Amino acid sequence: MKQLSTRHLIGIKNITENDIHLIFETADNFKEVINRPIKKVPSLRDITVANLFFESSTRTRVSFELAERRLSADIVNFTASSSSVSKGETLLDTVNNILAMKVDMVVMRHPAPGACVFLSKHIPANIINAGDGTHEHPTQALLDAYSIREKFGDVAGKKVAIIGDILHSRVALSNVFCLLKLGAKVRVCGPPTLIPRHYGDLGVEVSHDVRDTLRWCDVANVLRIQLERQDIKYFPSLREYHQYFGITREMLDSLNKEITVMHPGPINRGVELTSDVADSRQSIILQQVENGVAVRMAVLYLLAAQQA
Amino acid sequence: MNENGKNLLHHERFGITIERLCHQLIEDWGDFSDACVVGIQPRGVPLSDRIHERLQVLTGNTKIEYGRLDITFYRDDFRLHDTPLAPHPNEMDFIVTDKKVLLVDDVLYTGRTIQAALAALQHYGRPKAIELLVLVDRRFNRHLPIQADYAGLAVDALDEAYVRVHWREIHGEDEILFFEKKQ
Repeated sequence: MKQLSTRHLIGIKNITENDIHLIFETADNFKEVINRPIKKVPSLRDITVANLFFESSTRTRVSFELAERRLSADIVNFTASSSSVSKGETLLDTVNNILAMKVDMVVMRHPAPGACVFLSKHIPANIINAGDGTHEHPTQALLDAYSIREKFGDVAGKKVAIIGDILHSRVALSNVFCLLKLGAKVRVCGPPTLIPRHYGDLGVEVSHDVRDTLRWCDVANVLRIQLERQDIKYFPSLREYHQYFGITREMLDSLNKEITVMHPGPINRGVELTSDVADSRQSIILQQVENGVAVRMAVLYLLAAQQA
Repeated sequence: MNENGKNLLHHERFGITIERLCHQLIEDWGDFSDACVVGIQPRGVPLSDRIHERLQVLTGNTKIEYGRLDITFYRDDFRLHDTPLAPHPNEMDFIVTDKKVLLVDDVLYTGRTIQAALAALQHYGRPKAIELLVLVDRRFNRHLPIQADYAGLAVDALDEAYVRVHWREIHGEDEILFFEKKQ
């Protein structure tokens, strides 16, 4: 069988289109597993996975943990707030200590971009990036593209708009790499202050007009405004942001086609999406969450096979 | 493909063997009203497809439950391979609790596939009993205490040898081929 071209999943930028297809095909099988009465297989029973979360997370951590448990892996959980990191230990020391306890894989979220690359150069375990600062969040991009594939049959040729805080979003960057590799057309849309200046060089269209973008796209992937990463004011107020860039029922109804709405979560209801959009038939937000477990199982399974 | 392989069972006798297995099954299992057939993916499935089809015709029971079980995630050699094991579609849309299960595979050799299948089946409930049907029983080199209840053909061969089953719908011909050395 085919195998991944890499031992670590650091970012979508470093993997190939074939890798992505292999992950999707494997995820199809795991999707069937998680819909069985007993949702557990023993594949990773001899593997120990450390979940290192140096930054807060609900969905991703629970999703990874479920994926690991459903593959029967042993799990060590670690969150920065309750660890020796607050006593001044370096990242490498923390991780080396955990590895000395014989851990085979590390799933890490860290506020510093590049933290996972750094680790992969220093320790022998397989590293999976669960989000590094504003850099990449590869499993989120994979599950987003997987959900598009599930809905439309294929990602190639689809028009996908990524709307919101592009500047601070690792989800946006990973999504752009993933969608372009799979042959989709991508447009990013948001206030000029929240789109990095040279984003167009990645091969995507840039727009500041949300209505025009919605008319153009088949899928709108809507992102949260990441206030916690914004040290200066990028727009006057959330209310004004909502007025110019928030997506409402009325906007969707005014289009002459039905587009699909996605959101990586957590949603700020009434800011980037109104509730009647988030909970509508057009939204596949909860399917994304379900697919997240299957896609993460596939990534863990395929990387674990590279151990031997 | 088959020029160096010795043909152990070809077209006509192949069909007779499958027919004989079906009659043996009916003799023991009746009309399969409390039983199901489960083929092991991928190589057991062409055999289980035929067995299931013939049993429905011979018993007149057109509702014999039938599943195709993928055991990839239950295998014990997962990390001993250079590349990941490729999974196959798993189609089990019923629970086996209190049913007799006929497990079907093409070749019984070390017994490890069957062990994995037994582990996988546990996830679909507690069956009343499980019996094993194989087309070829390679009687040497078993690694586990597992035996077939029904076998089409017994083959005694050394460990280096290799037995391959070809199917009309996949390979164009029904035959069992024997190779002195693994290809």
